[in-house]
Amino acid sequence: MKLTVNGKPQEIGVEPEMPLLWVLRDELGITGPKYGCGMAQCGACTVHVDGTAIRSCVTPVGSVQGAVTTIEGLGQPEALHAVQRAWIEHQVAQCGYCQSGQIMTAAAFLAAQPNPTDEQIDQAMSGNLCRCGTYPRIRQAVKTAAAHLKGA
Amino acid sequence: MANIARIARRTFLVGAGAIAAGLAVGTYLYKRDPANPLLKDLPEGAHALNPYVRIDATGITLITPRADLGQGAYSVQAALIAEELDLAWGQFKVEPGPPSAAYYNGLVMAESFPIAATAENFMARTGRGAADVMGKMLGLQVTGGSSTVPDAFDRLRVAGSVARQLLLAAAAQQSGVPVAQLKTADGHVLLPDGERLPYTALAADAGKLTPPSEVRLKPASEWRLLGKPMPRLDIAAKSTGTATYGIDLRFPGMVYATVRTNPRRGGGVKQFDGKKAAAARGVLKVLPITGGVGVIADNTWRAFQAANLLDIEWGAAPYPLTTEAMFKQAADSFTDEHRNSRQKDEGDVDATFKSAEAGKVFQAEYRVPYLAHAPLEPMNAVVQLKDGRLDIWTGTQIPRFVVVGAAAVSGVADDSVHVHVQIMGGSFGRRLEDDYVRQAVELAKAHQGVPIKMTWSREEDMTHDFPRPLAIARARGLTSKGQVHAYDLSIAAQSVSASQLGRQGQPAMGPDMAIIAGAWDQPFAIPHYRITGYKVPEMVPVSSWRSVGASGNGFLHECFLDELIHSAGADPLAERIRLCSHEPSKRVLQAVGELSGWGKPLPSGSGRGLAFTLSFGVPVAEVVEVTATPKGIRIDKAFVVAEVGQVLDPVNLEAQLSGAVIWGLSHAMLGELTYADGAPQETNFHAYQSLRMYQTPQVVTKALQTTGQIKGVGEPGVPPAAPALANAIFAATGKRIRELPLRRHVDFI
Repeated sequence: MKLTVNGKPQEIGVEPEMPLLWVLRDELGITGPKYGCGMAQCGACTVHVDGTAIRSCVTPVGSVQGAVTTIEGLGQPEALHAVQRAWIEHQVAQCGYCQSGQIMTAAAFLAAQPNPTDEQIDQAMSGNLCRCGTYPRIRQAVKTAAAHLKGA
Repeated sequence: MANIARIARRTFLVGAGAIAAGLAVGTYLYKRDPANPLLKDLPEGAHALNPYVRIDATGITLITPRADLGQGAYSVQAALIAEELDLAWGQFKVEPGPPSAAYYNGLVMAESFPIAATAENFMARTGRGAADVMGKMLGLQVTGGSSTVPDAFDRLRVAGSVARQLLLAAAAQQSGVPVAQLKTADGHVLLPDGERLPYTALAADAGKLTPPSEVRLKPASEWRLLGKPMPRLDIAAKSTGTATYGIDLRFPGMVYATVRTNPRRGGGVKQFDGKKAAAARGVLKVLPITGGVGVIADNTWRAFQAANLLDIEWGAAPYPLTTEAMFKQAADSFTDEHRNSRQKDEGDVDATFKSAEAGKVFQAEYRVPYLAHAPLEPMNAVVQLKDGRLDIWTGTQIPRFVVVGAAAVSGVADDSVHVHVQIMGGSFGRRLEDDYVRQAVELAKAHQGVPIKMTWSREEDMTHDFPRPLAIARARGLTSKGQVHAYDLSIAAQSVSASQLGRQGQPAMGPDMAIIAGAWDQPFAIPHYRITGYKVPEMVPVSSWRSVGASGNGFLHECFLDELIHSAGADPLAERIRLCSHEPSKRVLQAVGELSGWGKPLPSGSGRGLAFTLSFGVPVAEVVEVTATPKGIRIDKAFVVAEVGQVLDPVNLEAQLSGAVIWGLSHAMLGELTYADGAPQETNFHAYQSLRMYQTPQVVTKALQTTGQIKGVGEPGVPPAAPALANAIFAATGKRIRELPLRRHVDFI
């Protein structure tokens, strides 16, 4: 089976029903996407397929049609994506375990909706769980990221 | 100079004359310094100036032995050392260090003593000293009880200062310039002629010198780092997916595993059939473990799939089987036989109620449910047993207990057990237990020579928590002339201390303060005031959950107080301030009134609720504003004020306070773990719900710094959130809700 992850073609030999999350984490060693629930409830596993945010924990790898981008492919510490930069500016993360998924959801959302209202931000981000309660800072960081993206 | 005696009491630097007063027993052990654990296995070319500072030619490493569960512990510990060592922010690495008695926690025991945070007499001081001695003698390296900052505040600054003095002395030797003419900045000693000697070049000589017996700590006015916002050291990694949690570790040759054990904790396995699982793709081994079955495979998902194919016949739960039966056991525990404590007994409660007019005594019963910790990173550990050496990589708050437990399970000697503490995707107290590590060690013992990463499924995690115990409170109260006159609260709950310590083979001594925490020690001068604790016999094994006993007792105590105040026709803020007997607490109440605009009119259908809880030595007051809409209750805003003594990092402090309020609101609205046939029914986040962003209010925080007694804030913001919300719903709707979660009685938007 062939898969493109973060711009790199990969050849993988797993059963097609294995969720993309576990292919990324255990087969390819890409551990930015996290396992939180395994049933699309928490959003910690969120990645992009051709720019659309999906829950990799319930997506069979055999069904993936398109290029996969994980948090590692969005930006790196030395080359940050605007959303990541905003996350750092607002010091969002506490335990940080959900933040890969939060950032991937926010990045896909802002690409589709560059001028979001507060209500749209709340709706877009409400599928991603944060047990530490960083939501107020996430809200601010999404707004800052929108401004960064417009300025870029 | 100095104050070395006071500082030394809480440091590794105990020298002549530095002994805690009034404690004859164990003084010898207490005085003796635990060895510097960094000296063992010190890498070639590295020098450990004390247990917290290691320097080699390439750089400086600060040891931050309290675990980072998300609360920013690594950053704040590093800041305390770096401040005195004169390092630039980020000019160093941090490491949790090895498990060691040197890293004992001198404060974490104090919360279990019957000493009110407001007490400042001789007995109280002596008792707190005893907690420190016990922590040291037991070598308790524990992260918990909101103790990291107050426990580290002196100790780590002293460590930084001592290391700096050694480096200065080494520079004086090398240069011939007296210490008095030397300065330090950004990891260098500065000579008068402008030459800069890097610490990395001085460490070898500094390591040979005798540490100074006196240190001078900088006054707060000279702080460069502390008191100011410091970007968290982990923030870039956590924003780019490059932070490595225990669950992310990978080693050559590593295999993957999971377990299924009886969700009826302690019920055991009658029999199991593992043939289907063993035949599944990628499975290497299926084996019985304590209370269940383990599966080792070549991929975590394959291990999960195979575990679901296991056919297991479980034993019955050794406790009541349903939530209803469990509440009944609690209700049946209000008896003399189960009476555990009466730490507060002011005035004459019985006589006051006896002489009260018929029909004037207020009575109410309150309930709080079992709650799961449910950190987003499920329990996991990587373990390798090879050639008699056991390595464990895991997120834990109790690394020394992990060593002892793993040694017992594996048969490997303590000093051949190496624990490598990882950052944690949340904990909220869950990783004060080591059940998951022991399971991984069982797997490693059966499958030696390679690293095994054991990961729990979310379902395993939710059904094998050690939850916050359920509790029932029975309250009676009386008002007189528009004031609260008598207050009698009885609380029945399981003992967290007995359950938790019992699993570590430790006795729980005296009454369990967790049963009455956040209730018995509240600073209110009610003329007739009594708090009684009843210990419910062990049911589901329980543990510490963010803010422990106070997490439920804040609701029990403050909602009933609110009922009495309303029945007296008094104002909830004014009456609490009138009753308050502790000046710092009074200031907190006044400040939350100002911050929230208490008393200003709200639109019809909206209401404000106030609650106050003093826990972990921190008085916290919260106001919640809600509106009753046709679609349900909407939380509009929350305000929180805490007296913390001294703020070390305002940005992280805001995160902790605001996160604690959201945690408290989330569980008050939605959280409960229910049981049927002895097993938890909420198996994943679809059923065990948490607050989502669209329901989350703006949280306005304020820290007061009027006492000068530094405190930790990871937990104390939690207890007042639930009662503030329930009291707000009463203010908005007239509906008094006496049990959690509130969603049983109202809809939320």
